[in-house]
Amino acid sequence: MPTLRLEVVTPTEKTYSEEVDMVTIPGADGEYGILPQHIPLITQLKPGALKIQRGGQESFLATGGGFAEVLPDRVSILTDMAMTAADVDESAAQAAIDRAKATLQDKSIGTEAQAEAEAMLARSLAQLHVKRHGHGQGVPDSR
Amino acid sequence: MANTREIRRRIKSVKNTQQITRALQMVSASKMPKAQAAARAGRDYATLLNRVLVSLRERVDQDSHPLLQQRPVKKELVILVSTNKGLCGALNTNLFRETSRLEKGRTDFISSGRKAAQYLARTRRAMLAEFEVKELPTLAEVRQISRFALDKFLSGEADKVTVAYTRFVNTLTQKPTLQTLLPISTDTLPEGAAELAEDRKNLKGTSADPENGYGYLFVPDDRSVLDAILPEYVHFQVYQMILNARASEHSARMVAMKNATDNAKTLIKDLTLEYNKVRQAAITTELLEITTAQMAVG
Repeated sequence: MPTLRLEVVTPTEKTYSEEVDMVTIPGADGEYGILPQHIPLITQLKPGALKIQRGGQESFLATGGGFAEVLPDRVSILTDMAMTAADVDESAAQAAIDRAKATLQDKSIGTEAQAEAEAMLARSLAQLHVKRHGHGQGVPDSR
Repeated sequence: MANTREIRRRIKSVKNTQQITRALQMVSASKMPKAQAAARAGRDYATLLNRVLVSLRERVDQDSHPLLQQRPVKKELVILVSTNKGLCGALNTNLFRETSRLEKGRTDFISSGRKAAQYLARTRRAMLAEFEVKELPTLAEVRQISRFALDKFLSGEADKVTVAYTRFVNTLTQKPTLQTLLPISTDTLPEGAAELAEDRKNLKGTSADPENGYGYLFVPDDRSVLDAILPEYVHFQVYQMILNARASEHSARMVAMKNATDNAKTLIKDLTLEYNKVRQAAITTELLEITTAQMAVG
């Protein structure tokens, strides 16, 4: 069965680079399940969980906003954050959520800071989701 | 000939200087690999971003997006990226020489780094903003600078945005560079272009082959992807250039400080020789005096 090359890159590192069977990406319009031989596609990403299926195992990456490029044999994810469940610090993420929520309450800070806080909130939520989801189902991390 | 005490004092002072230069050399030597690695780490991201951007640009009209629009240049905005500290050889001087060629009346500046701010103040250039950038900045910190430049460009206060920085070639060579940031055009696409051409060759015959008119499917649509990706591209470019300047800084400082340390070593050697000569001459004179005195008495 053909496989997909999944690459996840952030501005500071290449986080993930493996052959996988299927990947589910959190696109702007909803989730996309990508199998090999998909038509070429470029989509915006929402902060969320990237689901990777590889050799019968599932693993998750928490990703921030960004872009995904899909080619028949390859999926490249460009994002500002990519973390495995093991990397996520639950209390730090929770603290970030609280902080971002507090910032959003404050209407005086201007749209720029608001957007920043919103992005922070979405990223932290994605981290927590991946952390708890991964644990809850006892899914072994393939990395 | 100077007296011994004078020479001893000079040796001591050169030794002190040598200690400082050696310490700085060590510090730079340890920071350099980290800065170089950081500058390289973004390469994958840059390549991908370039690929997406190029395929997008083929599908949309050049003038359809304000960030792609070429306007007659009445006012140019230059982001001057310098170091915060000195003692890095001719690095900043070379960069400032490049920027000094720009016309005074039609160029505004944004400074990043203390040396740039000092230079702009000294030469009485129009400085719109001053940013302090940390040793190894994060993308979020750099966004402030690029956001400011984007705003100026979009509001029409600047028709062209250029970044003046020192490009890292290798440890011994750093090149002062002026690179156009905005408007984004084909010739401002940096290094990734070669890899892109390579990629294209590999895509030949597949459904993603740009030649057969069947490009990417854009979600939600090409316009919104373009709207999102262009500013991101600008932010990332500035980030990359600042990291590059950092790698240059540490390499230049290490080399400059190594030279200084070596020079101090030669100087100490010469001075020590001089000192010994003077000392010996003094002893000889003294001995002669004693003998002569004794002979006179005897």
